[in-house]
Amino acid sequence: MKVKGAVIAAAAVLAVSAAANAATLDDIKAKGFLQCGVSTGVAGFAYTDADGTWKGFDVEFCRATAAAIFGSGDAIKFTPTTGKTRFTALASGEVDILYRNTTWTLSRDADLKFTFTGVNYYDGQGFMVPKALGVKSAKELNGATVCIQTGTTTELNLADFFRANNMKYEPVPIETNAEAQQKYLAGACDVYTTDASGLAATRSTFEDPKGHIILPEIISKEPLGPLVRHGDDQFADVSAWVLNALIIAEEFGVTQANVMDMAANTDNPEVARLLGKEGEYGAMLGLPKDFAVKAIAAVGNYGEVFERNIGESTAIGLSRGLNQLWSKGGILYAPPFR
Amino acid sequence: MTSISEAPEQQFRIGMLIYDTRYRSYTIQIIALMAFMLAAAWLINNAIVNLAVLGKTFSFGFLSQPASYDINQRLIDYTSRDTHARAALVGILNTLLVAVLGCLTATVIGTIAGVLRLSKNWLIARIMTVYVEAFRNVPVLIWILIVVAVINESLPVPRDYCRTPEQLDCLNPVLGSFVFTNRGFYMPIPVFQDAALAVGIAFVLSVAAIVWFRRYARAKQEATGQILPVFRISLAIFFLPSILVYFVAGMPIGLEYPKLQGFNFQGGIYARDSLIGLWLALSIYTGAFVAENVRAGIQAVSKGQTEAAFALGIRPNRTMNLVILPQALRVIIPPLISQYLNLTKNSSLAIAVGYMDVTGTLGGITLNQTGKEMECILLLMAFYLAASLSISAVMNWYNERVKLRER
Repeated sequence: MKVKGAVIAAAAVLAVSAAANAATLDDIKAKGFLQCGVSTGVAGFAYTDADGTWKGFDVEFCRATAAAIFGSGDAIKFTPTTGKTRFTALASGEVDILYRNTTWTLSRDADLKFTFTGVNYYDGQGFMVPKALGVKSAKELNGATVCIQTGTTTELNLADFFRANNMKYEPVPIETNAEAQQKYLAGACDVYTTDASGLAATRSTFEDPKGHIILPEIISKEPLGPLVRHGDDQFADVSAWVLNALIIAEEFGVTQANVMDMAANTDNPEVARLLGKEGEYGAMLGLPKDFAVKAIAAVGNYGEVFERNIGESTAIGLSRGLNQLWSKGGILYAPPFR
Repeated sequence: MTSISEAPEQQFRIGMLIYDTRYRSYTIQIIALMAFMLAAAWLINNAIVNLAVLGKTFSFGFLSQPASYDINQRLIDYTSRDTHARAALVGILNTLLVAVLGCLTATVIGTIAGVLRLSKNWLIARIMTVYVEAFRNVPVLIWILIVVAVINESLPVPRDYCRTPEQLDCLNPVLGSFVFTNRGFYMPIPVFQDAALAVGIAFVLSVAAIVWFRRYARAKQEATGQILPVFRISLAIFFLPSILVYFVAGMPIGLEYPKLQGFNFQGGIYARDSLIGLWLALSIYTGAFVAENVRAGIQAVSKGQTEAAFALGIRPNRTMNLVILPQALRVIIPPLISQYLNLTKNSSLAIAVGYMDVTGTLGGITLNQTGKEMECILLLMAFYLAASLSISAVMNWYNERVKLRER
């Protein structure tokens, strides 16, 4: 069951012509919808609501990409993937793009043959423990039982962290966030470790979120972003520039509410280029002229997506931190739209 | 001789490959072989082409790279700095461990349940029927998840162990040395001092003595017809000398008890919740199938055999051991082989509960971190094939020994 993705990929390589096609964008247009790989369920990032509609931070970036291509954020099919199945799902063509809290690393970029097209969330690995344990620092975790999601970079960071600090631990490998949550709450592990954003998201769904603390140590850099298959620069550019467009939109105050108005009446040259009033930037990407207008109309700018799904007003309550615009003290920096 | 030389030289014609029965079977076989080879070549070529399209190379070099991840249950030394090959070996040993434990327990459970299902006691027979039907008709993955969930949710966490008054077992001197937490079970581990060697030698000698005594008893029975109380004497030889030497040598074997230190219990033997859950679920699931094999085997021996044995004055338990079971085994063993194979292959569901078997290490984390799907899956297939063929070979050898020899 759990190696299904891998087996499918191996079988795909063995039997049928694989989907490493150069013209992904043409294929997507021919299909009429975008296939987006998301996680199996992390509150705030990717989850289904009571009606079965996909919601969340990563999901909205998928929708923005679909809107840029088709003009509607609903021309999309979501595929939930686990930490283990996500890469094979992308490599085998089961999904076109992966927005799944995936850390940008050299080996994934070069060896697994994927292209990371940007960073939509700058994160780092943290630890969550029940308050009752009385642990104040990750350095006090010697001998603890730690729940980890298998097939992730957190697994490797954890091994390095405990090794570097000369501490022992008992890893409990787990497939999905939901299973990890159940084990952690049952006390089958003392600590749950994943990206700090994921910890905050998971904690927000607990019956008693205040009974659990996230330890101050952040033990790794985890730039999370979208990735596509290697070797299709056109689609990689599309995915990169949809993300950039949402960041630039926040920078220039273009919002979901005023985007139509701005598209018609703006006199700021960068906004005019962004919203397709000036130049042929959409055509360069193989997209409609007003692709950014559609993307912003579908989900809003980066700041709006952040606040609506994981911001301080939500149950998850993450502050912008590193994910603030470069001009406001963060490191979110999109190249110029020209 | 003459008739052959006089036969007219028959000219070979192409049509004879189909119409002549002498050649037809060869023709068909050669065509089938060619079709098979073509299909295989197409598959291999396809794999090569598609790997090239994906820009992937095919090599096993990654096996000598450091694995960089930790594994909780290790039967051999392993750290995150060891290679992927060693991580795979750790996984293989974990698979074999749960497979061997599972096969043994499934056989015991299955034999008992199978015999009891034929019991004349209506209630016991019905309870066994319910067991067999309930367990073999629910997927084994569900049983694995149920057992582990029960362990995780119902047993106390280590730091609360023996803190609540209702856990009276903790005060019991025997039961108290065993610790049952929701992270697994701990039991005392024997600690050997130097003088323990004497006990070991005494034990080996007494086992040898039992073997000799059994041969002697059999020879005596065949020569004189006199039956010695073999079981009771064997039991005495098994225990008495070793215990005697143990006390004479000054009790050189101690026990190390698990103690709560920090987050977890330390010391003793630690059987993780994942191992217990997987082992138990596989055993009771496969046991239900084995029970049916055992029942079928016993029922396959005709009632006349029992009656004949009774008529000769052989008592019931000897009838079972000497007449029924040897014949029933011939029916039981061939399907038992496939149950053992099933159990071994089903153990690959281990990752569902976080048990790091070979599917979890080589086919899971290694595959995921290196992206070598083809290589990992091929190695995994090779391992399960080798393991299954080995089990088949051993069991076929045993089957050969017990099967009916026609003279």
